[in-house]
Amino acid sequence: MSNKKIITLNDLECLREKGLSLIYPDKTKISVGMSTCGISTGAREVLQSISKEVKNHKLDCVLGQTGCLGFCQKEPLVEILEPGKPKVVYAEMSLNKVPELISNIANHKIEKEWALCQIIERYSPKFPGIPLYQDVGFFKKQKKIALRNCGFINPDSIEEYIAKGGYFALHKVLNGMKPEEIIDIIIESGLRGRGGAGFPTGKKWEITKSSKGKIKYIICNADEGDPGAYMDRCLLEGDPHSILEGMIIGAYAIGVDTGYIYVRAEYPLAIAKFTQAIKQAEEYGILGKDIFNSGFSFSVKVNTGAGAFVCGEEMALIASIEGGWSGPRPRPPFPAESGLWSRPTNINNVETWANVPVIIDKGAHWYSKIGTVKSKGTKVFSVVGKVNNTGLVEVPMGISLSEIVYEIGGGILNNKKFKAVQTGGPSGGCIPGSLIDLPVDYERLTEVGSMMGSGGMIVMDENTCMVDVAKYFLGFLEDESCGKCVPCREGIEKMREIVAKICKGEGEVGDIELLEDIAVTVKETSLCGLGQTAANPVLTTLKYFKNEYDEHIRNKRCPAGVCVDLISYSIDAKTCTGCGACVRPCPTNAITGEKRKLHSLDQEKCIKCGACYETCKFDSIIVK
Amino acid sequence: MITLSIDNQEVSVKKGATILKASEKLGVEIPTLCYHEGLPPYGACRLCVVEVIEEKGNRIVAACSFPVEERMKVVTNSDRVLKRRKMIVEFLLARCPEVKAVSDLADKMGIKKYRFKPKNEDCILCGLCVRVCNEIVGTGAIGFVNRGKKLRVDTPFHLASDVCIGCGACSYLCPTGTIEMELNAVKRFRELLGSEHKCRYALMGLVSYKVCSNNYECWKCKIDQRIRDTLETHPIFAAKEIKTEKVKRYLSFLKKIQE
Repeated sequence: MSNKKIITLNDLECLREKGLSLIYPDKTKISVGMSTCGISTGAREVLQSISKEVKNHKLDCVLGQTGCLGFCQKEPLVEILEPGKPKVVYAEMSLNKVPELISNIANHKIEKEWALCQIIERYSPKFPGIPLYQDVGFFKKQKKIALRNCGFINPDSIEEYIAKGGYFALHKVLNGMKPEEIIDIIIESGLRGRGGAGFPTGKKWEITKSSKGKIKYIICNADEGDPGAYMDRCLLEGDPHSILEGMIIGAYAIGVDTGYIYVRAEYPLAIAKFTQAIKQAEEYGILGKDIFNSGFSFSVKVNTGAGAFVCGEEMALIASIEGGWSGPRPRPPFPAESGLWSRPTNINNVETWANVPVIIDKGAHWYSKIGTVKSKGTKVFSVVGKVNNTGLVEVPMGISLSEIVYEIGGGILNNKKFKAVQTGGPSGGCIPGSLIDLPVDYERLTEVGSMMGSGGMIVMDENTCMVDVAKYFLGFLEDESCGKCVPCREGIEKMREIVAKICKGEGEVGDIELLEDIAVTVKETSLCGLGQTAANPVLTTLKYFKNEYDEHIRNKRCPAGVCVDLISYSIDAKTCTGCGACVRPCPTNAITGEKRKLHSLDQEKCIKCGACYETCKFDSIIVK
Repeated sequence: MITLSIDNQEVSVKKGATILKASEKLGVEIPTLCYHEGLPPYGACRLCVVEVIEEKGNRIVAACSFPVEERMKVVTNSDRVLKRRKMIVEFLLARCPEVKAVSDLADKMGIKKYRFKPKNEDCILCGLCVRVCNEIVGTGAIGFVNRGKKLRVDTPFHLASDVCIGCGACSYLCPTGTIEMELNAVKRFRELLGSEHKCRYALMGLVSYKVCSNNYECWKCKIDQRIRDTLETHPIFAAKEIKTEKVKRYLSFLKKIQE
């Protein structure tokens, strides 16, 4: 193995050349997006079928895979790169499209209708009629820094990462930069923790560095548990080396020789990719003893979580790595002073680490020009829910919510009305439609009662009941509270019980006041971040959607038509065409009627599942 | 030394001391449930919350674990603090309406009823038993199982523990009386611990007896009874902190009776 060891810049350049020949081979290259999002929509089958078809056509080409390009709505994505031509990205590839696609390649034809965009990297001649990558609405407003390589390289190949400039920042750092210099650059860049709280990263490094003790640790927090958030997963699956490089730079700056990555066990692919990245880096001597002959040594251990959301909280995460029962402990002392095995420990989120090499490479000034006064750089969001384009987007801080929802997200599904966007995961809050022009940064989101969180963004339309949303998030937190402190364990449960009661139509006058009382107690007195923010779903929905609570309590009515105990379905006699489309999906056979005649709905049998409402093309199913 | 003010009274304490320690010095009473002076702060019951006056807005912190800072201003009985404490006690009262320690606390705070569904639990999950067993005794016979509302204190797999030495520290510390000592439990350990029949105080490192003359029936043992009477705390704390005067006296007493 030692003969592979990289020492000089020239060694790295050689690998870059090798990587470039892998990214731009001298024959046609077909790559499939093979992140979890792609695999779940059938990318694996598509890849198998492509390889079969390629054999049938006796095509001389390279088959490969990439990470997630971010446009998860359009998965599986297949990219085709012919030598000397731009890369064409085909969206929503299915098994029945594959034979035609491959035969087109064999005949050097481009299927314009299926093409999502073309990406021009090396070669400038364009294909007419296919939009450019940077002109597609979904990508137009994005600025990819953390996700720079996701979807553009093969995550299994360290050479391709090096070809994109990877590990050059590390080489620069270990060849002549002082640890203090690096910390200064990170402080100057204004990078703040991307895990949610937004603590200045450079400051955190500085505190850990100046803490007493010979042995110190760094940890990469990849215990991403927010419903609807998957930024860290995609980064780990699509570009594991960027995180690794960030960690090695951080370790050198802080003076650490051991690092941990704590990944949730529910991310098997991410764990596999990262473990492989560690192995590759070790083979090239980028990780291990005496990296680049600089005298600096560093190793990374992978630790898998056991499925507790609370382990995203740094103290609980540390307890979990130590092998104990995963509960938080009071702070101070902060982990930077006394963390893992009571040693100074620096914990950063996956996205934070991925930003580090770029900042070192391009400079603090370049980075700090992006974003707002207090929030610099970009942030990755997973835009999900009722939008046309769901996916992973990286945008500069300060971009407005409306730009994310309407321009990148492509507006609300089925042209419905936008109601709210939930940011920051279960501990975040719901931001109403009236604040759609809010610039997204740490301070603004906190001001309106929500938070940045790790970057989940759930878009809700007019058919969403905000009381029901509060109930959902409270239920999640009730299950995930570790149970150590009284306000979080008992308080969340009580709040969920009250909200559930309101959803059932059993709410009483005074419930809202009691709910507010509990919420404030939980927020102010809880031990850790989970409890301190657990009341946010309740507090923000009460703040912006109090009328919905009132409707539920006073009029026993769910305005959005969601809470099953308060609604009933009926068929509109005027518009029903008797098409019969609603009869089949009804699981209880509650809808009957002759063809082309008015159908009827048996209220006794109806379980209010809403299947008929979803199917009816004439809006003849009325929800009351 | 650090000087701070608690309820407008100045006090100086050592660096690193907690707000609770400082208020003890002043004689200001702050209610606690999960705190014990022999154990590191745990911060679970949140009953000891106090308000710290700060320019950018007052903060609520737990007195048992928050370290003092120079010129810190602490208020222990503001309306805000009392309101939060009352809500926490109401939570506990709904959880354990039958537990005397909780209902006494509620009476003291003037809470007459609770607005939630009662759960009729007997354990308040203060963690004193688990902590003393793991951190002081060092046996780890009990621990927390599960999480959130399913959290409970138990032995591994709910089986009789084979590492428990029957020291009784958990039972001694339990504020609700949930953990009871079985009188002949100690006798049971004779079979569990193999050929080396040490008594529980020998296992704690307090006496050097290897063979018990009372057939492991502790309630017949003179030393056992004397230890309990001499110390005002559970002997395990004495075994671990042999620095204080009281403990030194106690150790010489032990020596005497062994001679």
